[in-house]
Amino acid sequence: MRVHEWLSKTGSAGTTFGFLDDGAKKDVRRALLKAVAIPGYQVPYGSREMPLARGWGTGGIQITLSMLLPEDVVKVIDQGCDGSVNAVNIKKFYERVAGVAVTTDTLEASLVQTRHRIPEERMTDQQILVLQVPYPEALREVEPSEAQTRRMHAEADYARMWLHLYEDVVHFGEIRISYRYPCTVNGRHVMDPSPVPRWDVPKLHMADTLFLFGAGRERRIYAVPPHTRVEPLEFEDHCFRVEDFAGKSCARCGSTDTFLDEILGPGGSRSHCCSDTGYCDKRKARWNRS
Amino acid sequence: MAYVAVKGGREAIERACDLNEYRRQGAASAPLQLSQIREQLHLAVDRVMGEGGLHAPDLAALALRQAAGDTIEASFLLRAHRATLPRLGESIPDTTGDMRMVRRISSAFKDVPGGQILGPTGDYTLRLLELDRLEDPALRRQVIRERVFRGLPEPDDMPDTFPRVVELLRRDGLVEEPGTEDDEPFDITRRSVAFPAPRSARLQALARGETGGLLLLAYSSMRGYGHIHPTLAELRVGYLPLRMTHPVTGESVVAGEILVTEAEVVSRFSNPEGEPRFHMGYGLCLGHNEIKAISMGVLDRCMRTETPTCPAEDQEFVLYHTDGIESMGFSNHWKLPHYVDFLSDLDRLRKARANAQEKENGHARA
Repeated sequence: MRVHEWLSKTGSAGTTFGFLDDGAKKDVRRALLKAVAIPGYQVPYGSREMPLARGWGTGGIQITLSMLLPEDVVKVIDQGCDGSVNAVNIKKFYERVAGVAVTTDTLEASLVQTRHRIPEERMTDQQILVLQVPYPEALREVEPSEAQTRRMHAEADYARMWLHLYEDVVHFGEIRISYRYPCTVNGRHVMDPSPVPRWDVPKLHMADTLFLFGAGRERRIYAVPPHTRVEPLEFEDHCFRVEDFAGKSCARCGSTDTFLDEILGPGGSRSHCCSDTGYCDKRKARWNRS
Repeated sequence: MAYVAVKGGREAIERACDLNEYRRQGAASAPLQLSQIREQLHLAVDRVMGEGGLHAPDLAALALRQAAGDTIEASFLLRAHRATLPRLGESIPDTTGDMRMVRRISSAFKDVPGGQILGPTGDYTLRLLELDRLEDPALRRQVIRERVFRGLPEPDDMPDTFPRVVELLRRDGLVEEPGTEDDEPFDITRRSVAFPAPRSARLQALARGETGGLLLLAYSSMRGYGHIHPTLAELRVGYLPLRMTHPVTGESVVAGEILVTEAEVVSRFSNPEGEPRFHMGYGLCLGHNEIKAISMGVLDRCMRTETPTCPAEDQEFVLYHTDGIESMGFSNHWKLPHYVDFLSDLDRLRKARANAQEKENGHARA
């Protein structure tokens, strides 16, 4: 179905396919093209007001809306979960303004929008992952001023970031950055991978999929194209490592190789479950069949 | 219109007040009932009670009507009224464990003992203007009422108490222990604060702070001018029993209950000495005001930084500039006549200009 066919089917006057007007979509797409051309570089763009509050995924939503086609199948997750309140809300919004199909199966989706996770299943070159970004600036940790951080990126001046990591190692024997772990993209720009856990950072490296990052409140778009190097900042004698789930497994599907959420039970008891609920459901169904 | 106290000023002032009153009451619309304000603009009422420092929903509604919806002005009216009231006693310090819960969420864990209770929230609505509901018809209100009350679970389905998420973390030693810095709470309404201020004074000042001001500073910290990365361990909205010592029997009695919002934030550990633990920030304010409670929690945590590096971490900066009533009063005072001061300014400027001119002439001659 083409866009004009969809339009002829919609009854309510004044509803644009994909909510945004064409000018806004064009703006976003141009920023996306530039972002893909300069991996890891934050492209400023004129972020529009969305009917969701700032900080609730408006950057990701604008990217998705500017790219949606009527035949798209969309998956939206929040912290890995399809059923999370905000993910449900965003999905409802897409169904309402674009009439697209939705799914919880990562491999079925043509476009996945996510907050704070990258799905466990390896995505293909036919798919796009849109990440919602609260803080696009990886250097914000060491420099509050935007004018300064832009200069630092232009000059590839990352000394203060390295020093910050080094001081952490000296003081705590550990780099304290947990999620939002800074990475060098394509050997040039230091990039904030959005608040995904360390666990997900290696998935960005030499992937088959296009990753698009949208920060609506901060008015920035950036991208990691397929087959691009994404390397977490690390020292030769202090290597990057991901979260440790040794000895733990998912209470639902038994998985031992996925990112696990800690669940607090009555009396403070702890159990674990896959954060990627779509994948967990799939594994569980497979397990029940066999 | 006369502006300064020249002859005829009094009449002009009275006319201005009449005009203001006339404008507030509107041309032909029906007068606003206090119950309408209290029930349908309840978040504004809550905000005014918090900033005014007085739990009085009817009076807050009255203040809002009198101030034509200006929340800072309304808080001011309420706080001024508060100054006329005798202090009859003090409530007994208590934990918030007995809160009658309306809403309770944790963003630190997917599920928590007692469960996530969304309660009344607009967080997950699409912010689309309801152009099709301009009239808010009675039929629709009736439909909503029926939907809400149909199939309600039995009241005893709800647990009486909810374990604190922070307590569960504390049990594992992951969160710092609560401070015990002051036995008797400091009261900023009775004493002038000196710096560094005790935590009770800081929390009291934040609880009376202006929502927008607190939000601005908390946001500056979370966005980049600061080093606090908060996680909302728990946000609670509910009714707290107000316990007092009975003046005759000396026993603890419940005098009533008040609606409050409580936020507990934890943030990344930062103390290089000692055992690494999460630090905590706490916010509690009157009424349902989530933005304020969260901002308080973040600022409470910020202000405990040992060496402040930005405004939100600086106690003086935060506490002196977030009281809406004080800052509004002072900013408005610039409308008062300043002709004497200004004349003095003018004199200095003219003198300096004359000096500069003289110097230039001197150079020209030389």
